[in-house]
Amino acid sequence: MTNLLEAPVDERPTRNWGQTWTKVASSSALTSFLAIVVALLIGAILIAAADSGVQQAGHYLFARPGDFFSALGKSIGGAYSALFEGAIFNSRQLFMPLTKTIAYSVPLIFAGLALGMGFRAGLFNIGAQGQIILGATLCGYLGFGVNLPGGLHLIVCLLGAFIGGALWGFIPGILKAKTGANEVIVTIMLNSVAVFLLGWLLTLKAFQIPGSSNPVSPKMNPTARFPHIIGNIDLGFLLALLAAVAVWWMMERSTLGFRIRAVGENPDAGRTAGMNVAMSYVWVMIIGGGLAGLAATSQLLSDPSQQLNINVAATLGFDAITVALLGRSKPLGTIFAGLLFGGLRAGGYIMQAKTGTPIDIILVLQSVIVLLIAAPPLVRAIFRLPDPERQRQAHVRAMNRALKKQSAGKPPTPPEGELAEEVDLPESKEVSS
Amino acid sequence: MKKIAAMLVLMTSAALALSGCGTPPEDNGEGNTGGDAFLACMISDQGGFDDKSFNQSGYEGLKRAESELGVSIKQAESQNANDFAPNLEAMQAQNCDLTITVGFMLKEATEEQAIANPDLHFAIVDDSQIVLPNVKPLVFKTSDAAFLAGYAAAAHSETGKVATFGGMAIPSVTIFMDGFVDGVAQFNTDNSANVEVLGWDKDKQDGMFTNTFDDQATGQQTAKTLIDQGADVIMPVAGPVGLGAAEAALEADNVAIIGVDADWYETAPKYQKIILTSVIKEIGASVFDTVQEAQSGNFASSAYIGTLANGGVGIAPFHDFDATIDQGVKDRITELTADIMAGNLAVVSPSDPK
Repeated sequence: MTNLLEAPVDERPTRNWGQTWTKVASSSALTSFLAIVVALLIGAILIAAADSGVQQAGHYLFARPGDFFSALGKSIGGAYSALFEGAIFNSRQLFMPLTKTIAYSVPLIFAGLALGMGFRAGLFNIGAQGQIILGATLCGYLGFGVNLPGGLHLIVCLLGAFIGGALWGFIPGILKAKTGANEVIVTIMLNSVAVFLLGWLLTLKAFQIPGSSNPVSPKMNPTARFPHIIGNIDLGFLLALLAAVAVWWMMERSTLGFRIRAVGENPDAGRTAGMNVAMSYVWVMIIGGGLAGLAATSQLLSDPSQQLNINVAATLGFDAITVALLGRSKPLGTIFAGLLFGGLRAGGYIMQAKTGTPIDIILVLQSVIVLLIAAPPLVRAIFRLPDPERQRQAHVRAMNRALKKQSAGKPPTPPEGELAEEVDLPESKEVSS
Repeated sequence: MKKIAAMLVLMTSAALALSGCGTPPEDNGEGNTGGDAFLACMISDQGGFDDKSFNQSGYEGLKRAESELGVSIKQAESQNANDFAPNLEAMQAQNCDLTITVGFMLKEATEEQAIANPDLHFAIVDDSQIVLPNVKPLVFKTSDAAFLAGYAAAAHSETGKVATFGGMAIPSVTIFMDGFVDGVAQFNTDNSANVEVLGWDKDKQDGMFTNTFDDQATGQQTAKTLIDQGADVIMPVAGPVGLGAAEAALEADNVAIIGVDADWYETAPKYQKIILTSVIKEIGASVFDTVQEAQSGNFASSAYIGTLANGGVGIAPFHDFDATIDQGVKDRITELTADIMAGNLAVVSPSDPK
């Protein structure tokens, strides 16, 4: 029994991605919130350290400490208030920045939903970047190269984006299903293929502005653009919300979603239960790829000045991994995570322009948030929160002791209910054997 | 990651500074920024202001304007093409009197803001396609300087093969490569030699590109390929990616690099012994001049074209290679420079600024 007390808490190496994601997903919303708080604190230190006023005042800290602390407050307060003004509200534009935040969140929500779906199926899809690029390629070409009436044109472009992304998701999906090829490697490689494919296409006259040889496409036809709703928000945001609802329904209510989740929890069990594991992977990658492809639409169809160029996907595909992680692979979580990251982006521009704070701070904030989300024990340690795992184990121990008293001599069996509820309780299994 | 590391270093140094007990500066009562000072702003291309290349040159020009002309400055770095328009917008919210955008990639965003703010002034580096009364293009006839570098490269080459590659097939890059090819051709005519250029075919306007301006590993790989094919002088026209090429050249031994935009002998001291020369593009000077013009109320939308004659472009000294280049070659380069400046010799590139 004593080995239970010394057993490391939840540090056992996991054997497949599915388990890892389950573990990440089991971190509570509180952890997410605290992670953001810690990130902002660390960001504050960096902002102060990078500020020349603080550095100068630091040199004579003991001679005139007031200077140092006022410089400190000025740099941190200035940077974060600029961040707020750029992301949510300022007196000049009122809530206009908030609509900007929402607009920036759209591609992140689409791609975040796509990746979250894959994570829940136990697939570590790194390929959103390539899927967005392919979606953008098709959507963009249809957007500037084709003349169609308004409405229909938009639908054609949306379909193009979905199909482009779905195709780029289908390839790793089918390779994994048929040959067992590791989707991490295949999707990473396909990201590069997509970049070079688009780079080559942009050297063709068909993709360039007539009379120019720059690798940039013409602007999209007005008929293909999203209609505006309010401020910077356009139809794209509603579609993203709709996609979130659709993903929620598919994962929680449909047979396909049930199969995907079951395969994600334990592919062997799924197979034993008669599920077609291979086809589940293919479907996840097709639908996920299509969703990621839709992220491209807000890169092309939102703003009249948008064009198809080599950077059309920016770093969205990778940011989306973070968003899906922070959103714990659930649609609602992904929407909030997308909004947070959209806000950091919108605020970041103003923060940099107004206070000269290095834009890299934003990257640090994002990275720290994810780091802490992925390591809940770290957050618990910082805030001295109780460890739910430990509490559960204490409970199991108490139950065991009680059982032992009842049936002395026999090895104790933990109560059924405890184990059935908790997938992730390896230690208590050891007790039973 | 480099920037994060730099920031961590900064943080520790700040922490160290805390332990210092220097003397505070005297309060002389005068604020260092006047409320109505001329505000000049700059937005970088995706390389950032520490790219040891054209963004950096531009930013140095702006810093010089700050210290010499007393203007206030603000700057914003773009990490990718998605940042251009938002950065420009953010800058307009700061009421910049003059906004300078570095790189042709910012053309659309600049044009949009210039139309939306007709009473504010803009300048854009490497693009001359915007025709608006409040936008000044800052362009360079880099082909002239690259021509001279090409001549020197051909003269220096022992394998009879020199090479160039670009970051992206865009006019401001290929104009270097065109001039380089012509310079090599000039050397061949002068000396009935047969030095080959790898990586760029001027007639077909086709060649090797890394398709990135920030991944040095790709630059290193590309340069390695060219070295394997026998090139012993390489001119990488790809901003910081070119430093990867310098790394490959350093490893390969006996391969020289021609820097671009700035004198790499000064900006990338690690590679001093392999820098044959550099094709200098004085973006900083053009930025400084534009700020000065605008500050004194003489802003004009006519293009600034950097040439050999006005010092906007040029080649750097040979530094460590000075002894290995024949005096005859040096004299001929001086002669060619004079010919180009006098208009007796035209280096023609489809990408010439108009």
